[in-house]
Amino acid sequence: MPEELYDVESNVPANPIEDLLRMDRIPHIWCPGCGIGTTVNCFVRALQTSGLDLDKVSVVSGIGCTGRVAGYMRLDSFHTTHGRAIPFATGLKLANPELKVIVYSGDGDLTAIGGNHFIHAARRNMDITVILINNMIYGMTGGQVAPTTPVGATASTTPHGNFEETFNLPFLAESCGAVYVARWTAHHVRHLTKSIKEAVAKKGFSFVEILAPCPTLFSRRNKLGDGLDQMEYYRDSSEIKNGADTKSVALDFQGKIIVGKFVDKVRPTYIEAMNNHYKAKYGDRYVPSDEMRKLNHA
Amino acid sequence: MHADPIGVQTGAHFIDGDHSCAEGAIAAGCRFVAGYPITPSTEVVERMAERFPFVGGIFIQMEDEIASSIAIQGAAWGGKKTMTVTSGPGFSLMMEHIGFAAMTETPCVFVDVQRAGPSTGLPTMPAQGDMMQARWGSHGDYSIIALSPNSPQECFDLTIHAFNLSERYRVPVMMMMDECVGHMIERVVIPEAEKIEIVERKMYEGPKENFQPFDAGRDMVPMMVKAGDGYRIHVTGLTHDERGYPNMTVNTQGRLIQRLMDKIRLNADDIVMYKEEDVKDADVVVVSYGITSRTAIPAIEQAKAKGLKVGHLRLVVVWPFPEKRIKELARHVKSLVVPELNMGQIVYEVERCAAGQCNVVSVPHAGGTVHQPKDILAAIEKSLRGK
Repeated sequence: MPEELYDVESNVPANPIEDLLRMDRIPHIWCPGCGIGTTVNCFVRALQTSGLDLDKVSVVSGIGCTGRVAGYMRLDSFHTTHGRAIPFATGLKLANPELKVIVYSGDGDLTAIGGNHFIHAARRNMDITVILINNMIYGMTGGQVAPTTPVGATASTTPHGNFEETFNLPFLAESCGAVYVARWTAHHVRHLTKSIKEAVAKKGFSFVEILAPCPTLFSRRNKLGDGLDQMEYYRDSSEIKNGADTKSVALDFQGKIIVGKFVDKVRPTYIEAMNNHYKAKYGDRYVPSDEMRKLNHA
Repeated sequence: MHADPIGVQTGAHFIDGDHSCAEGAIAAGCRFVAGYPITPSTEVVERMAERFPFVGGIFIQMEDEIASSIAIQGAAWGGKKTMTVTSGPGFSLMMEHIGFAAMTETPCVFVDVQRAGPSTGLPTMPAQGDMMQARWGSHGDYSIIALSPNSPQECFDLTIHAFNLSERYRVPVMMMMDECVGHMIERVVIPEAEKIEIVERKMYEGPKENFQPFDAGRDMVPMMVKAGDGYRIHVTGLTHDERGYPNMTVNTQGRLIQRLMDKIRLNADDIVMYKEEDVKDADVVVVSYGITSRTAIPAIEQAKAKGLKVGHLRLVVVWPFPEKRIKELARHVKSLVVPELNMGQIVYEVERCAAGQCNVVSVPHAGGTVHQPKDILAAIEKSLRGK
């Protein structure tokens, strides 16, 4: 190995993503073996090569372990209330459509308490990207059952085992109108980075589900080993099926994981639909917002 | 600053309080409204939806009141003056986000056209049962400002004032209307745009290095930046330090919450607004607000005709409460009579300030209609016998 790789005095940053992290807030709160940090790494690398003006990128999180992502990003970042990252992002995007607004939150936050907002933002084709970390459990509150906890798994509020059916999130997103839907795991770092890059480049409601280990509260209770064991499960049980019918990608307990890009289509975003509608109906009488006029959206 | 003329429909109008509130918001510079239909407030958002495409505004009907009350805060951080509008049950759903706005110092206006509750209650009939909820409804300690108009004209004037206060102090401001005022049709005069005073948000434009977005300095109100300005801010509902970073320590909590309280408490003299009539030398002062101030007038006139010395104090700003003035009055009058369209809410504040120095009589009403003046008159007379 060339010696300079070990030269700690060089100007090479200790961590190539630290430009986009609030290093004064590190160490983070995530447990050893947690997958969220890996996804943040992929997210930052996607942003670094996205060509976006990073001063115009906002990250919006809800509450929970993944909800803390916003607070570690050296970007405009908003840590909102439980379940409400999407409607906050909706207001932010409509106020200033020049911004790239990315919601980064967890499965419980976005699909249980925030489920209503998720389906309506997808229906409207609101111009935001939603990155959802699915660890199949409520981590921050101590391992309670989520709408994503597989049947047969155990959680602190299903101590006798979970018998509720789960959401198939790619199917939910597609059927509500999302124009970009993908699923990866924390193991698929390169695919995931590429997918996030595509999602943020997409106009309209783009959705990336990422399976990530929660060794402390999901794996341990379910006797699945540690974070590494879960990553091995992802490696061994995932099958890449780009373009798979989202109806066929439901997850079950430690079963096969279908990953890939499932949906990539075009339909008018909320902002396009609004501007086109008013323009067609009222012509020059329509006065778009100052920010829309600047962007020549109308 | 003066209002942007594009939004101002100068002239005399014959409109209801809900529509007048919408016109006030447009004149104030509001350009983003998120709402959800609920009687008796819906006319406000209907007018916004009608008018906004022609004045550069955006209205979106969200999936519920929870979404509406946080969408406006996203839009506020995007640089807009924003408002949401609701009634009783919807106001209950919005409570968490009133706390979020207070904690993150997000300027925004909440309009509550009150109807009788609890629960679904009387959807098309008036009440003033949300007055304490407006002050205390979200969990934890914080301060807000609440206004109470008593006419369509005041719905216009006070909505502008609500926006101005919200921008000045970076707090959620409540417009506590009621079904009567919301649906009452009266003459509303909208002045020329250049005669409408508008307070603009104080925006920070200094160096990006070491900028602390929640460092308020001596003003107690920090300057704001918006998303996209390049400051890379962090905004959180967690207890945070001046950098905006979560800092869950007893000291930071104490410092932050004290400032959030103080910026209203110590500015109360500038914020408090009330209108008085004949309180000098009065034996009895009726303390009222909103529609109840108008049902109190015939009662006061009848009492005067009977030779009683009765004055009237109408709260225009209800929160912060005009403690100083009520304390002064309590030292000079025999009694304070408090009619309100609830089972007794603001009367507790009056009693607290009177502190036993005069008789305080509640004139409660469960809502559904307004008081009969004779009930207020009876309370005025009883209040003098009571002590």
